[in-house]
Amino acid sequence: MSKTLLTVGTRKGAFILESDDRREWTLRGPYCEGWPVYHAIYDATTGSIYAAAASEWHGSSIWQSGDLGETWEQSSEGLSYGDDDGRKISKVSTLARAGDRLLVGVEAPGIFESRDNGQTWSLLSTLSGQHGSESWDDPANQPPGHLGISGFVTDAEDSDNFFAIVQGIGAFETEDGGSSWTPRNKGLRRDWPADYEDVGFCVHKLVRSSDPNRMYQQNHVGMHRSDDAGKSWTEITEGLPGDFGFAAAVHPHDTETFYVIPVDGGHGRTMHDGKATVWRTRDAGSSWTPMRTGLPQEDAHLGVLRQGMTIDKHDVPGVYFGTSTGQVFASEDEGETWSEIASYLPSISSVDVAIVE
Amino acid sequence: MPDVRLPGTLTPLFPGLPRRVEIDAASVLAAIDELEQRWPGLRDRLVAEGPSLRHHIHVYVDGERAALDTPVAERSRLDVIAAISGG
Repeated sequence: MSKTLLTVGTRKGAFILESDDRREWTLRGPYCEGWPVYHAIYDATTGSIYAAAASEWHGSSIWQSGDLGETWEQSSEGLSYGDDDGRKISKVSTLARAGDRLLVGVEAPGIFESRDNGQTWSLLSTLSGQHGSESWDDPANQPPGHLGISGFVTDAEDSDNFFAIVQGIGAFETEDGGSSWTPRNKGLRRDWPADYEDVGFCVHKLVRSSDPNRMYQQNHVGMHRSDDAGKSWTEITEGLPGDFGFAAAVHPHDTETFYVIPVDGGHGRTMHDGKATVWRTRDAGSSWTPMRTGLPQEDAHLGVLRQGMTIDKHDVPGVYFGTSTGQVFASEDEGETWSEIASYLPSISSVDVAIVE
Repeated sequence: MPDVRLPGTLTPLFPGLPRRVEIDAASVLAAIDELEQRWPGLRDRLVAEGPSLRHHIHVYVDGERAALDTPVAERSRLDVIAAISGG
């Protein structure tokens, strides 16, 4: 019998929520010795859970569990810029599977790969030579909290094709496994001056639908849609309560359906008006509907980070998000109704979902 | 041999690693490298690029704050401390 498994990365370790029916959930954890976990994923290729974690004391490492969280080990072998490079790894921010490689995005911005399922790592790319790279390679531009490479989008049909987000710079695509890169920010809005036409955008979250040409993104200034595999973007913010947010998810079976959680773009970065709300479009961003049933609607000043929302692949997909105050909310009906399935976790960085046997 | 005391945050990461271990080494870095030989991966938990001690890892040799190149004598005590950090 299959079960639905949520891997939750928090500021104090990783947790697992699992359910046979998506109604009753069991919580396990904390794992990873309480290290801050920036992104925890289930990898269907190996059946392992991987967690990108960075301890204030002991540095960055990738934790791995081959038995759904019962036991864990960690390795950072090769996960270094070396003693002479000048750049340092302050954290490991995001993970993705691309064919036979595991990818990890790090700060200072760079991508490392593992071809032995997380035992050892080697530097794949720093996107050197791209416009803006002279700035992001400057150690003075590594403020605390900066994620560096903050997200990937991979292509299930072509493991050499993937996108990487450089935080505060923009999205880049490779079609040759990371050897060369092309900025993919055409049409994005920015409300600040920039040195270059093709970079200088603040891409928070990038997702690809079941049609690889249809992509969506949550930007620092607006939601955007692409109908040509990221080569150009059209803003679809109208109808939402604001243009800022981090979390986003696309329906696995319907390319027109996309979810976002707008938050206040100032210092607060919590949901608007203290009402917890997921916004859904069924028409690729032409119109938006607030999904609130079962979510707290009074004094709910919740934040959700960029890896904090996900959607499963059941026929009727479930949607999940975790908050910076430790709640996990789940909907088993595409966002129509919600329930709180964990209430008192540490601040949540990421939520990933898988269906496992 | 120098007497090395390790923080409690380190031992769960490496099976069989005790809190207290005797290491034959002439400097702090040599002691850490010797630990790395016995418990692969341990060096990276204490030493960052440079090499330098990680920001919140403090090492004391016979009660004095030390760096990676600080000498260690035959009967030295070497304390590795996970300094106050976070919350």
